[in-house]
Amino acid sequence: MKNCEYQQIDPRALSVSPLSAQNPAETKAQRPRRKWEAFPGKNRFFCDGRLILARQNGVLPLTLGLIVVTSGLFFAFDCPFLVEHLTVCIPVIGGLLFLFVVASLLRTSFTDPGILPRATAEEAADIERQIDTSGSSTYRPPPRTKEILINQQVVKLKYCFTCKMFRPPRTSHCSLCDNCVERFDHHCPWVGNCVGKRNYRYFYSFIISLSFLTSFIFGCVVTHITLRTQAGKSIVLAIQESPASVVELVICFFSIWSILGLSGFHTYLVASNLTTNEDIKGSWSSKRGAEESGNPYSYSNILTNCCVTLCGPMPPSLIDRRGFLAPDEGIPVASASEIELPPFTPKSEANMCTQSTKDVLERMLRSSDFHGLCPSGTPKTSPLVPEVPGAPPAAKPPVSSGCSRQLAHRAVVDPCPPFSKSIRRDSLHSINPAFRLASPSPTLSRSVLVVGDGPDVGFPPQH
Amino acid sequence: MSDPLFPDGTCTQQHAVKNRYQTEIFNMAETHSLQDMRQQAAVAAKVFVQRDYTSGTMCQFQTKFPSELETKIDKQQFEETIRTLNNLYAEAEKLGSQSFIEGCLACLTAYTVFLCMETHYEKVLKKIAKYIQEQNDKIYAPRGLLLTDPIERGLRVIEITIYEDRSFTR
Repeated sequence: MKNCEYQQIDPRALSVSPLSAQNPAETKAQRPRRKWEAFPGKNRFFCDGRLILARQNGVLPLTLGLIVVTSGLFFAFDCPFLVEHLTVCIPVIGGLLFLFVVASLLRTSFTDPGILPRATAEEAADIERQIDTSGSSTYRPPPRTKEILINQQVVKLKYCFTCKMFRPPRTSHCSLCDNCVERFDHHCPWVGNCVGKRNYRYFYSFIISLSFLTSFIFGCVVTHITLRTQAGKSIVLAIQESPASVVELVICFFSIWSILGLSGFHTYLVASNLTTNEDIKGSWSSKRGAEESGNPYSYSNILTNCCVTLCGPMPPSLIDRRGFLAPDEGIPVASASEIELPPFTPKSEANMCTQSTKDVLERMLRSSDFHGLCPSGTPKTSPLVPEVPGAPPAAKPPVSSGCSRQLAHRAVVDPCPPFSKSIRRDSLHSINPAFRLASPSPTLSRSVLVVGDGPDVGFPPQH
Repeated sequence: MSDPLFPDGTCTQQHAVKNRYQTEIFNMAETHSLQDMRQQAAVAAKVFVQRDYTSGTMCQFQTKFPSELETKIDKQQFEETIRTLNNLYAEAEKLGSQSFIEGCLACLTAYTVFLCMETHYEKVLKKIAKYIQEQNDKIYAPRGLLLTDPIERGLRVIEITIYEDRSFTR
């Protein structure tokens, strides 16, 4: 057919239709996958990618359980007595502290700690090229380091073999989560997540508020038992009247030592702008007496250090968990980097550059597809045709951030309209597989949008 | 059967399809944006502008002019772009009173305020995206280059894609 000839000559613009014509059911049946589903690290995702947790999170339920049970016992058994004899403020303060502790804990656990997405294949190749001088590919080269100057101090950057990039300063690779995390502090099993740049302040507020809560409960329980004893009863009798208090006392007593110690330690770290990782390794301690290798990241003022760590600007998540994957992509080599769909959906306006490129491409395709690519004029002529004009304006992810997440979530749950949205997005990518089928040439319109797909993509690495 | 791209065309147009197609595409490019043209162009190379850590962990990019771009773009122009981007990122990460107030407010509301409010950083990221698009449209696209927003590369690099110079119309 003449038009099929067209497609072979220039498959870029036209290849979408035969593929979609052949597999209409498949296209419809394949739900567009989000990037979190193909994330290479060992993490678990909840709420369709909104919440992230480490895979090994066994102790988080224990932490939550301990906090909830202790506080529950406190409110149930000690508070009535104390309200009667002292003041009603006690359960109020206790309640506020409890809420704050739980909120901080959940926030720490479910926030992306500052995971760095892995390098794209092209980036990795570029870096390799820069390092590789002798060109021996038979054995693994020695660990690569790069030395840079930070504030007139020499800092060594290590090459991460898993993520295929030179780690930025203060970044470390967590073996439990298999991710490079920025400003890596430590992997906390109690919290079930790494503690890094983005969730350190939540972690710090969690341990501080928890130390207040445990001290508060401990103090109140001791007061409770003392008051009962003062009423003329013996301690044993007092305890028998309120056995839950003993449980609370034991839990709080053992917790206080560890939590208070941890809080003190982290307060010191915050004040000197250090991470646990650096402190343990002794990166900045002056080992040689003569040479003072101070912390290059520390401001000389304690208050500034505190402000930077705790009240600094909140960096965004660099892994785009909720963006969409191209339908052909299984597990990409580097995650969250290839697809130039609006990342941070719904905060996609940050990438209007690629959005406009895609719009332009769509216009091109629309003009080519509109008048019937296949002579049979099948309804599956082009997936673009029905939904480009019909795509709701909300196909462009909304501007406002948090509240619109709800909108996007509801939209995703609703089958029809968002599916057309995703077809619209994914059709831009579906050109890619069809293109690969039709012609292995890398000269592709999509190369603008899909870069560094890794070895599963048909075109050779660009140099 | 009509020519899909040229609906008003006749059957005879389809015979000389190959050569005409490319010329027509480039002609169409004049009516659409130059990014259209680039859809048909091949990716010749990619240049990566790495991060500059001399002032710490702040997000800054190296202003060193890559050798591959020597024939493509003016050095001053390039450095100007990078410098503006660096300033924008510095603004995003600035420890000012705004970020301090934002941090304190967030702490007091147990961090629930971020569900409804956009952080300062995110607002600046949008500005950056707009700036990059503007630069692409005005300066880089006409020279066959494309800047990729670094946020899509995890703020590690600025990826500059160089396209093959196949255009008949410039």
